[in-house]
Amino acid sequence: MEDTLLLKVNSLSTQFVTKDGVLPAVDHISFDLQRGQVLGVVGESGCGKSVMSMSILKLIEKYGGTVLKGSSVLLEGRELLNLPEREMRNVRGREISMISQDPMTALNPVFTIGQQMVETLCRHKRMTRKQAKETAVEWLTRVGISEPEKRMKEYPHQLSGGMCQRVVIAMALSCHSKILIADEPTTALDVTIQAQILDLFREMKEQTGAAIILITHDMGVVADMADIIMVMYAGKAVEFGSKEQLFRKPRHPYTQGLLASVPRLDVQVETLYSIPGTVPNLKKPIKGCVFYDRCPKAERRCAESVPPQSVMKDGGTVACWLYAKAEETIDGRE
Amino acid sequence: MGENENNVLLEVKHLKTYYSGRKKSEIVRAVDDVSFIIHAGETLGLVGESGCGKSSLGRTILRLQPAVGGEVLYRGEDIQKLSEKEMRSLRQKMQLVFQNPYASLNPRMTVLESVRAPLDAFHIGTREERYERSREILKYVGLESHQINRYPHEFSGGQRQRVVIARAMITQPDFIVCDEPVSALDVSVRAQVLNLMQNMQRERKVAYLFISHDLSVVKHISDRIAVMYLGKIVELASRDELYEHPMHPYTEALLSAIPIPDADERPKRIILQGDMPSPLKPPGGCRFHTRCRYAMDCCKTQEPKFIYDKQGHGVACHLYKGESGDERIGGKD
Repeated sequence: MEDTLLLKVNSLSTQFVTKDGVLPAVDHISFDLQRGQVLGVVGESGCGKSVMSMSILKLIEKYGGTVLKGSSVLLEGRELLNLPEREMRNVRGREISMISQDPMTALNPVFTIGQQMVETLCRHKRMTRKQAKETAVEWLTRVGISEPEKRMKEYPHQLSGGMCQRVVIAMALSCHSKILIADEPTTALDVTIQAQILDLFREMKEQTGAAIILITHDMGVVADMADIIMVMYAGKAVEFGSKEQLFRKPRHPYTQGLLASVPRLDVQVETLYSIPGTVPNLKKPIKGCVFYDRCPKAERRCAESVPPQSVMKDGGTVACWLYAKAEETIDGRE
Repeated sequence: MGENENNVLLEVKHLKTYYSGRKKSEIVRAVDDVSFIIHAGETLGLVGESGCGKSSLGRTILRLQPAVGGEVLYRGEDIQKLSEKEMRSLRQKMQLVFQNPYASLNPRMTVLESVRAPLDAFHIGTREERYERSREILKYVGLESHQINRYPHEFSGGQRQRVVIARAMITQPDFIVCDEPVSALDVSVRAQVLNLMQNMQRERKVAYLFISHDLSVVKHISDRIAVMYLGKIVELASRDELYEHPMHPYTEALLSAIPIPDADERPKRIILQGDMPSPLKPPGGCRFHTRCRYAMDCCKTQEPKFIYDKQGHGVACHLYKGESGDERIGGKD
């Protein structure tokens, strides 16, 4: 197992200091990512999914966030959080690449596709321009872009959303990134294009062995792509487990609610389950469980103290008092 | 819903909406010869990918966008022939809910004022009655009385969308065009809003044209569903019929493309090649032939007619013959 471990995130916490209080956007998140594995991160807007990925890349400070002491992000055993910015720049794009939701804004509108790809390759792989050009064309072909030579001379606005997303993926992969962080990579795309892009991800994963952190709010997309899944709510990882476990036997009441509230093609229900209430305001300190006021199974202790991370027999974890029983729990992380 | 079968509320006949492009010679045929009916109290789902003309169709039906040809009959009357004044009063009966609840409420009006505005505009009831009715409907959509004098920015997306729905409902319309009403909302909140819309429909017998790109949501809420591609309706059928026996290759691909939230094995996806062609120069013949895996020679030149089978399942595709129903002439199963 040792050498397949690619990324180890331990107790990652990020806060924002605002004028109405401290916002714990990411709160003690831990996970391991193995080579070639797809980690799905699901949660609703504001749950901290994106802040988490920005924190891993050390980009969150630009947005006013602070990664707290005690957090650790180990990439192949190397601590990223205390790398100097100069070295971090070599990690970003070369070892960990980011694919954002809106491919149109990820690409620079005033440079051609070719210029942007060549620049990235020259910067990260120290290629000559000629080599870089050849590599770029090769990768554009691999991600399924027709007439790559012609596309190289075009600007992002001349390409459709799906094509731009392919270019972004080609850029990330051409540098042989070990990890792709894909933040809602298909949310801005139509379903048929989404299917194309998800297929491409799968194909590229097979070919390059890259690990993927797939951040999404779409339970369908995670079910389709992920090996392991982390469910986030209000900055916390409330549940973590294999895809099979999570969809067949969701443990946390939030995961259960989330799955029940998605309209499904294969099942017809009269009335959808809906999780009552809204996400809590994190700027006000919460004493107990963050899901307490929306949880159908809440008990008194849920309001009073933070539930421990229970590690279950199958390796999944869940932060809920319902599972905090001695026989199933090895001492939690908290 | 069964009992309303013959109660036609709205009939759209050969409706066309064109926009001119950058050059005068360029014409975007956003809605091109579209016909369907909506019964009172039912939900017709309209699905398609971005740029297929769904929103243009919704706007044209409400006469917010002039039609180039065709008719929109509301209770048998062509609304395009109405005078501005007549149309204005008819708008009480035909409302609209947009996708973005952040943009469709006036930020400088309290939610109560926003919801009351239609009553004020149509001079319905006395001042007190208007206030009372607004308060009541806001309570119905789940806003407490201490919240109703707040401004939109103080509410979450889901709450705002509920306010927008309250505003659309307050004049007791019998038809609402819902243009992607839940697309901007989170999963858990989306369920709340969908349930609210269904409850209101049951109680108030309002018909919805529910426009969405999300086929799971459309399946959940609709009685019948129309699938649109490049300005044309390519298939129209009752919900179960459409999802169980999709006829058009586009519908088939669209349905197979939706990821299902389940860990089990699923049937192989049909991946459509390429993007939707530009509506400025749609392909000749069947507009879908460039991406269709069953495309035949006739598809490139001849436009397929929209035909119905015995069960009332309509499709525009050369794979199917009319009248005789299920007879399939192409290579499809």
